[in-house]
Amino acid sequence: MSNTIAQKKGFGATLWDYLTTVDHKKIAIMYLIGGGFFFILGGLEALAIRWQLIVPENDFVSAGFYNEILTMHGTTMIFLAAMPLIFALMNAVLPLQIGARDVAFPFLNSLGFWLFLFGGILLNCSWFLGGAPDAGWTAYAPLSTTSPGHGVDFYILGLQISGAGTLMGGINFLVTVINMRAPGMTYMRMPLFTWASFVTSALILFAFPALTVGLFLLMFDRLFGSVFFDANYGGNSVIWEHLFWIFGHPEVYILILPAFGVFSDVFSTFAKKRLFGYTAMVFATVLIGFLGFMVWAHHMFTVGLGPAANSIFAVATMAIAVPTGIKIFNWLFTLWGGSIRINSAMLWALGFIPSFTIGGMTGVMLAAAAADYQFHDTYFVVAHFHYVIVGGVVFGIFSGLHYWWPKMFGKILDEKLGKITFWTFFVGFHLTFFIQHFLGLMGMPRRYWVYLEDQGLDLGNSISTVGAFFMGVGALVFLYNVIYTSVKGEKVGGDPWDGRTLEWSIPSPPPHYNFAQAPLVRGLDPLWIEKTEGRKGMTPAEPLDDIHMPNNTILPFVMSVGLFIAGFGFIYQAEYTGGFIAMFVGMGITLGAMFTRSVKDDLGHHIHKEDLDKGAGM
Amino acid sequence: MAENTNSVNNELDYHKKKKKEEMKQQVITFALMIVFTIIAFTMVEADLDKLFVIPILFILAIVQVAFQLYYFMHMSHKGHEMPSLMMYGGAAVAFLTVLTLLVLVWW
Repeated sequence: MSNTIAQKKGFGATLWDYLTTVDHKKIAIMYLIGGGFFFILGGLEALAIRWQLIVPENDFVSAGFYNEILTMHGTTMIFLAAMPLIFALMNAVLPLQIGARDVAFPFLNSLGFWLFLFGGILLNCSWFLGGAPDAGWTAYAPLSTTSPGHGVDFYILGLQISGAGTLMGGINFLVTVINMRAPGMTYMRMPLFTWASFVTSALILFAFPALTVGLFLLMFDRLFGSVFFDANYGGNSVIWEHLFWIFGHPEVYILILPAFGVFSDVFSTFAKKRLFGYTAMVFATVLIGFLGFMVWAHHMFTVGLGPAANSIFAVATMAIAVPTGIKIFNWLFTLWGGSIRINSAMLWALGFIPSFTIGGMTGVMLAAAAADYQFHDTYFVVAHFHYVIVGGVVFGIFSGLHYWWPKMFGKILDEKLGKITFWTFFVGFHLTFFIQHFLGLMGMPRRYWVYLEDQGLDLGNSISTVGAFFMGVGALVFLYNVIYTSVKGEKVGGDPWDGRTLEWSIPSPPPHYNFAQAPLVRGLDPLWIEKTEGRKGMTPAEPLDDIHMPNNTILPFVMSVGLFIAGFGFIYQAEYTGGFIAMFVGMGITLGAMFTRSVKDDLGHHIHKEDLDKGAGM
Repeated sequence: MAENTNSVNNELDYHKKKKKEEMKQQVITFALMIVFTIIAFTMVEADLDKLFVIPILFILAIVQVAFQLYYFMHMSHKGHEMPSLMMYGGAAVAFLTVLTLLVLVWW
């Protein structure tokens, strides 16, 4: 309904609508566009890296510039592509899956998005202002504290701003799941995607503060002359590594858990079976989340923490293979004996299992501390984490997009193009990264911009580059598919996949109040239960009544613009008075907007039951 | 009719009693917290052995935090299961992390 209204509005009005929206479905679309844009950017950086490495001693880019694109590829893909795309899926379906009308804090949701976007833009402004950050995505001190120019300053401020947005998003989803579930939706009836997002949000809540603290310390060291990481003055550079990885390891689970949730939902829908071992799956998800905090030092085996620390962290790391194994087997058993439909969403999910298992296996190899002294800083590590992040997270995002696209936009992505995307991307992915295991074992180090010829590395690197371009083609076909579908695609109903969970019980795209009446949930896979008992949709749990909805507001946008300006101010305050002014003006705008928000009552509005679309509640 | 008023009255009585009970608890914990604070200060003033003072200070602090949370911030009431799970989960993870950094990892 809201969509048809939007189509009738002019461009300016639509733009204003999106700038001010607090509707989780529109925020999901904005996260999708923002994350998609940065995904393309990070992908181009990846192609530049691979093009530089296609032949020995290539001179496509200079050594310094290579460091910049390498750093920006990692930073962009983790913080600005994968995280927002995950948030896009969470925003699009999590409230629908628990039968809620919106998230718990719609204002905060919008603020989280704008902070992410402006943080990302700030970070990428560095390209045009004297060079991007070049200290690696991990920004280890003292390399990061001594890196000349403003590159790393942009890294610090950009991530600080977008990290604040992520933290808000996490808190928001935690509260949403705890407080906004429909009648009857107990914790053990929540779909696995909701469960995974819930655990992920808890991880965000506990992990991101470590990054915030680390970035602040780094900021003080670089901009205000403190010496937290400077050994000359009694500081300690290893503290940065600890802070970074206490955040960084949970971060990779923050990325992968929602993908696990997507696969669980996709497998059970397209195998037409209840998820095998639901309770074990929930338990495994929580356990992975907990263990994720106890393994950070496995990134630091070669720092010299000592044999006791290394062994304990090695064992803890290997322990993670157990809950992950539980999950893999449960997915296989879900497929077992199911009536399986193979479409694009399912292909990504099926491709994920072997790919991720390879990544998990090399993970256990890397967890063996003694062996890690050999693997450390080689392409073996690069191959490992791309197998888990691309083979897990990116496959999960693609699967989720194909699965929920009809829910988000009311149209099914073209199947033929979807299959072309999958096969080019899948083949390209294995071509790129499988060979890198062997390049690493032969001793090719990470992060180097050239290698010598006739050391057995030439052929492998060429193959790897060819594979990367296959992945690029796959991504382009997906982009074409999106345009093709939105122009040519046919409208589908609310439940195109014969779904099992609540989001499929309402029209696609959903009206902006989602559920006219809160549904009554009677078990796991609530819609499926109703279907097996011969009903068309959910039984309402309440009479039709006026619906209370939040008002749109421009304040989150204004707050984020303020921080964006202040970010530039902090970076340049030491050199220019203009920087100093920007710092105060920016913070003034943000604090002013916060003040306005605090003193101005905004009680939202009601949609009267007489105005509700009559068919929407069915 | 009479029954109804009766039950309303009963409920009122029940709530009154509960409120009174709660007030009593709050006064007691408040007094205890003041006593704890006095003990803490006198211990430090009295120049006792550090090994003795520090653990006791920690224990007193933890008890005071618990009082604060459970009696003054009403965590003893129903509906606080998830907040307490989060708090204890977070505290446990933080404790393990700090412990690991202190006893296992040297730099």
